[in-house]
Amino acid sequence: MVAARSLRTSMHAVLGRLSVASLAVLSVAFLATLSTTANAMKIQTVKSPGGIEAWLVEEHAVPMMAMRFAFDGGSSQDPAGKEGVANFVTAMLDEGAGDLKSQDFQERMEDLSMRMNYEEAKDAFYGNFETLTENRDESAKLLKLALTKPRFDDDAVERIRQQLLASLAYAKRDPDKVAQNEWYAVAFAGHPYARPSNGTEETVAKMTGADLEAYRKRVFAKDKLKVVAVGDITPEQFGKLLDEVFGDLPAKADLLPVAKTDPVHGGRQTVVDMDVPQSVAVFGLGAMPRKDPDFMAAFVLNQIIGGGGFASKLMEEVREKRGLAYSVYTYVYPYQHTSIFSGGVATRNDMMGQSLDIIREELQKMANGELSQTDLDNAKSYLIGSYPLRFDTNAKIASQLLGLQMDGFGPEYVDNRNAMVAAVTLDDLKRVAKRLLDTNDLIVTVVGKPALQQAKKG
Amino acid sequence: MLKLGASRLAPYVMAMLMLATAPHSASAEPRATEFKLSNGMEVVVIPDHRAPVVTHMVWYKVGAADEPHGVSGIAHFLEHLMFKSTDKIAVGEFSKIISRLGGQDNAFTGQDVTAYHQRISKDQLKTLMEMEADRMTHLRLTNDEVATERQVIIEERRSRIDNNPTARLDEQMNAALYLSHPYGVPVIGWAHEMAKLSRDDALRFYKRYYAPNNAILVVAGDVTPEEVKRLAEETYGKLPANPEVETRSRPQEPPHVAPRRITLKDPRAGNASFHRYYITPSYVTAKPGDAEALDLLMKILADGSTSRLYRKLVVEDKLAATTGGDYSGASLDSGAISLYAVASNGDLKAVEDDVDAVLNEVRKNGVTELELERAKKALTASYIYSSDNQASLARRYGWSVAIGRTIDQVEDWPAAIVKVTPEDVKRVANEYLDAHSSVTGWLLPEADDSNGAGEQVSQPVVHTRS
Repeated sequence: MVAARSLRTSMHAVLGRLSVASLAVLSVAFLATLSTTANAMKIQTVKSPGGIEAWLVEEHAVPMMAMRFAFDGGSSQDPAGKEGVANFVTAMLDEGAGDLKSQDFQERMEDLSMRMNYEEAKDAFYGNFETLTENRDESAKLLKLALTKPRFDDDAVERIRQQLLASLAYAKRDPDKVAQNEWYAVAFAGHPYARPSNGTEETVAKMTGADLEAYRKRVFAKDKLKVVAVGDITPEQFGKLLDEVFGDLPAKADLLPVAKTDPVHGGRQTVVDMDVPQSVAVFGLGAMPRKDPDFMAAFVLNQIIGGGGFASKLMEEVREKRGLAYSVYTYVYPYQHTSIFSGGVATRNDMMGQSLDIIREELQKMANGELSQTDLDNAKSYLIGSYPLRFDTNAKIASQLLGLQMDGFGPEYVDNRNAMVAAVTLDDLKRVAKRLLDTNDLIVTVVGKPALQQAKKG
Repeated sequence: MLKLGASRLAPYVMAMLMLATAPHSASAEPRATEFKLSNGMEVVVIPDHRAPVVTHMVWYKVGAADEPHGVSGIAHFLEHLMFKSTDKIAVGEFSKIISRLGGQDNAFTGQDVTAYHQRISKDQLKTLMEMEADRMTHLRLTNDEVATERQVIIEERRSRIDNNPTARLDEQMNAALYLSHPYGVPVIGWAHEMAKLSRDDALRFYKRYYAPNNAILVVAGDVTPEEVKRLAEETYGKLPANPEVETRSRPQEPPHVAPRRITLKDPRAGNASFHRYYITPSYVTAKPGDAEALDLLMKILADGSTSRLYRKLVVEDKLAATTGGDYSGASLDSGAISLYAVASNGDLKAVEDDVDAVLNEVRKNGVTELELERAKKALTASYIYSSDNQASLARRYGWSVAIGRTIDQVEDWPAAIVKVTPEDVKRVANEYLDAHSSVTGWLLPEADDSNGAGEQVSQPVVHTRS
């Protein structure tokens, strides 16, 4: 058992609620590029003989490869009444395919030392695949089988249902999870983003193999596919692998339309009573879309507020100066159909009101222009200097680059990104702080038995 | 280039052996180099030139199990306080400086080790080493800083343990598992003892254990051993050794004569779940090959959906929603096996009987050749996959060396795994799945009525204000 000093462990747990996939996307879109790494890392765009486009970084030092791919439309494609179906599918793709039943399939994966797993986020269904070079062809065949002919056998569906229900039963009384779900329910009421990605006990209890297959058929298609591979494979070999794995999928996905949306305006504060010694709060409001000219400034601003670990303002005010919390953080996250600035804090019940007041005050100060050139310089020097840390393993490179593709950027983004961070000025920062941080709009959900003062508006 | 065969075991093993015995070749597997500074500080260097970054770690051969009785949590509390100030670094500046240099830093504490680590662009390595060397012997603390940070670790305890039913049970089970050894005391500390931790407690612990001759430097990444040696001598090499540092010696366990049982009722537990811990030898204390056999035994019994427990409880008997377990062998004085099963319908007695049936079966008839081959392949493959990540590599070597293993033992681990026979696995199953040195835990989703009538379990209530 290990206890760590810092945030990072718990932040991962917290951001993990958005799924690992989202986290990876987040990092990429923002933390790409430094010339040294860009020079060392050559991103090739590959088009397979069958016409599938993908990115490749060749790295022949270790005889293995990592491939990461995504289909647009994650849990926001769950039909009404079938909430949790995408998540259910992620757990079923190694439960048998083609002639291989569950156990045979899993033993085959072990025999090949192949790794394959799936995650769903609100906007995309993600796959991870890793193989040793020696077994690449056989592993690819198994991957293809999982994507094109999963069995969804009744006994396997039932087994996974029990696991998902057990995990929902635990999550229902996990203050972190409840706070996060409640925040989305309030912020996006009436929109698919309001719904819990893991579904509910009612929807999961009723899910059938036919529901899973219907989701797979609508979402797994070539026109909504994005792929990145990193490792010991040439462009020619990669082209063949792309056709082998994805070539038989339908040309076009059949996605439900998802409307553009914004978190609700006017501010909300929700308390969910739970008998725990420490309250957990999630707070947030709408932010600018990924391709808004102010987005990069908002990203740098977030670094200063609560995205920068021990170097951030909220960490200093809430934890370092007052000892009110172990963890306090913020992030900016652009979804396909909305964008949010959000954060969280966990503190003992009688101090929750004070912690939230401090957070509001700090946000208000920044909205009022209390930001210095030093704040900006420090944030930029971290964001620019830490870039290579995002690219030091095959698996990390693959998820970084896939994130860029998901956000609609080309490989050249990697070469331009640091200049975009460097170009943010103090005037930009103040303008964006005023535009972003309207504390009257703050949506707060708290789980626990918090002592809260009269909520302040602004 | 070396080729990692995997379709058959034999060439695969050959490749692993070649990797383990071919220093400085352009091998796929990074090969570590180790040396010692004149003040006794150990250094391990793991070159990995794929990206211009380094992982820098300093490991102290001290952890929570070395705390004085009644001062639980001081090892971890000191780890937090190490980020305060020195003569050269102002309060709270340590992490901020690293951030401005484009680096990330953190630290962690275990029962046997305390480690401080950073990841940064390679050209900043020397600055980091100067800063880390500085705080090894020049920490400054005020009573106010200590009082504020104490609130932080108490909040950390609430987050990690008090808010989490499974962690609460784990804490109780560990306390019952060890009759005398300090592994029974939680790393984070008992709440009432944490509340009294003082500046003096922290400084006493610091002066006794933080010294170059009680530390290991691990650098992984875009560096050469020669470079690291030069930088280490210029920084850590200037610090005096502490002659007071002694070999660690903790209270040891008496013979275990009775199985123990714990039932924790927590309304937030979700499905009822069954847990079982056994004390075992560790990689440090085991007879040669036993720890490897325990790793394989637990891979076969409890890891993933091809494991015996999962097959029996989840697939065949449908008593559990999920199962799991592992062997933790990377510790100084003893290791532990843990197992769990989350009940589908709340009948924990049936779950427990089924788990015991699986354990009895393996004790009686052992494992098959095929199961063992699969398990070996899985463990050696995960060793290779995790070598993709320099931070995992640094941790793998650092942790092992900090508990007294050698880098040869780390690198020969895949070869040692391959040597294990079905008879070895059967033997360790019989020797160490011994009820006398076990604790069984039941976690029930009920109001705690241990003192009579409990409160009703109510659904969460939501209040919204616009």
